Parts: sequence; C-alpha cells; structure tokens
Amino acid sequence: MSLDTQTRFAVALTDPAAPVPKGLASWTGSQPERRFAVYRNNVIAALTGALAARFPASQQIVGEAFFAAMAADFIRAHPPRSPLLLSYGDDFAEFVERFEPAKAIAYLPDVIRLEAARGKAYHAADVASLDAATLAALSPARLADLVFVPHPSLCVLRSPHPVVTIWAMNAGEAALQPIANWAAEDAMVIRPHLIVEVRRLPPGGAAFLQALAQGTCLAAAVDIATEDADAFDLSANLAGALQSGAFIAFR
Amino acid sequence: MNKISASVFAASVATALSLVASAPATAADASKEKCYGVALKGQNDCAAGPGTTCAGTSKVDHQQNAWKLVPAGTCEAMKTPNGHGSLKQGPAPA
Repeated sequence: MSLDTQTRFAVALTDPAAPVPKGLASWTGSQPERRFAVYRNNVIAALTGALAARFPASQQIVGEAFFAAMAADFIRAHPPRSPLLLSYGDDFAEFVERFEPAKAIAYLPDVIRLEAARGKAYHAADVASLDAATLAALSPARLADLVFVPHPSLCVLRSPHPVVTIWAMNAGEAALQPIANWAAEDAMVIRPHLIVEVRRLPPGGAAFLQALAQGTCLAAAVDIATEDADAFDLSANLAGALQSGAFIAFR
Repeated sequence: MNKISASVFAASVATALSLVASAPATAADASKEKCYGVALKGQNDCAAGPGTTCAGTSKVDHQQNAWKLVPAGTCEAMKTPNGHGSLKQGPAPA
C-alpha cells in the first residue's frame, strides 16, 4: 500500500462520510463497501469499549446510549495516536467540556478527569511509600525545610462540584441518592499498594499536596494551604498524606 | 514561616506522626497478591466488544439521533443547585 492509499484508508475508517477507498476487493465477490463498513464499525465499537472500560462511572451517569454516541464523536475527532489503549482518552474530559449535548452536566468533565487519574495511577510505577516513623527521628529544626518526593501514582484534582461523592455513587462505592450538600470537593488519587484509592481532601488539602508534590518545602506548603483555606489543619492533612502513602521519600 | 511559629509547627508535625502511629495499619490489601499479565478490563488491544461481530452491524450513523434517546443513567437522579440534572440539551449559554 502506498502512503496515499494508507492515508485514505485511515481517514475513511473513522469518517463515515468519506468514500470507501479505491481498489478494495473481497474474495467472496460481494461488495467491498459492506465489508469495509463492518471494519469501520468494529473500530468505533472497540474504541468505545475501551473508553467505557476506563470511564465506567461517567458511563453510568449519562447512560450507555449517550456515552456511546459521545464516545463515537470523540473517537472521530481524536483517533488513537498510540497502539496502547491504556492511555486512550487522556483528553476525553476536554472534549466533553466542549461537547454541546453534555453541557447541562457541568460536573461530567471532572468525573472523567477523576477516572482518568485512576487509570494513570493504576499503571504508575510500583514504589513503597515513605514510612512515617523515619520522620519522627528528625530533629524539629529540620521539619520546616523538608521537601517530599511524591508517589508516582499521586494525582490531586480540584473541582467546584462534589466530584468524589458523584464518582463514589456511580462507581458503586456509595448508595445513589440526592446530594444534600452540593459543595466543591478536592480529590487525591493514589495507588500505594495494589488498589487505586480515591480520597476526599479536607480544606486546603489540595493546595498543600499540590505544593508539596511540586517540591515546595513543608513550611512554604503550609503557608500556601493556609492562604487557600483558613480552616487548614496541618496535623490532620500531614497525617492523611502519610497514611495514604502520598510520598516516597524526603530530603 | 510567617503564619505560624516554629514551635506550633513542630507540635503539629508531632501530632501528625502520632496520628499516623496510632492509626490501624492501612496495608489493607496485604491479603491480595500481585498478578502479572492481567490487564485492566478493556485495556488490552484485542477486545472488540458487542456490535463487532459481523456484517450488517455497520449502522454507525445513528449518533445524530442518539441525543433524543431517554438516558438510562443516574444523571437525573442527582440533585444539583440548579435542580435535577438533565440530559436534554439546554439552551446555549449566552
């Protein structure tokens, strides 16, 4: 196949309006158009399946039909760039944000981001988390300047919507019911061992963890977190971060 | 260090460490073993899924009317500040 033929073949695969590539033949003698249509359908169905597997809670929220149609539009606009499907859909949230029929569901892109972070955490490197006991051995004078190394699976996500609650309800982690307290929620996604965990962060927790993950020293991260939320509780947040295994080392 | 004093800071860290030490071990998945070669569902490259069987399944153009389908999801069960969620397309934002 020449490059030109390949290009036309690839374009026609995801664009139903494009003509079937010239030169196709089928050994049964039936029309190659029908055979090509099956191929075309398989491509969309397989990629839709990959997206549904990566974003099950999002699919639960909008229903299968809506999700499949939205996925098909995404696949046509963003065909895979890599043969590895595990990263396919990294930019799905940005697509859904601009996707007119989903505009009424303002929280959907953040649920998709949370699920994308879970997928990344699942495939992140295995590293043992920092043992909090090693911190206890430090002299108090060193604490302020501590810089932590984040766990490779760590992701902090901030949302103006109750994204953790919505995700939990649609992922089967919590019972589905009306959300009485519709408030912003920040999430931490982490995989310290084998299971990917999602935690709702307390006030200032997201700013604190983001600062630490970027290499800000502990004292400065506390300032940033207090700036972000007056109610920031250093003890609770640091304990939460250490317990969840957010860090692997310090210096 | 301008918002809280060094002693308060050290005390907070000490409290955090004691919280961690007193909490039950979080290695909750010690009973699970690592299983190599098991891909997360749908993340291998060969799964085709429903609708990928054979000829006659090629009606890929139905997405244009899919928005008219009644959604089977939980969106409408969720209460938002603007009332219940809806999958019917609302007016375009001004």
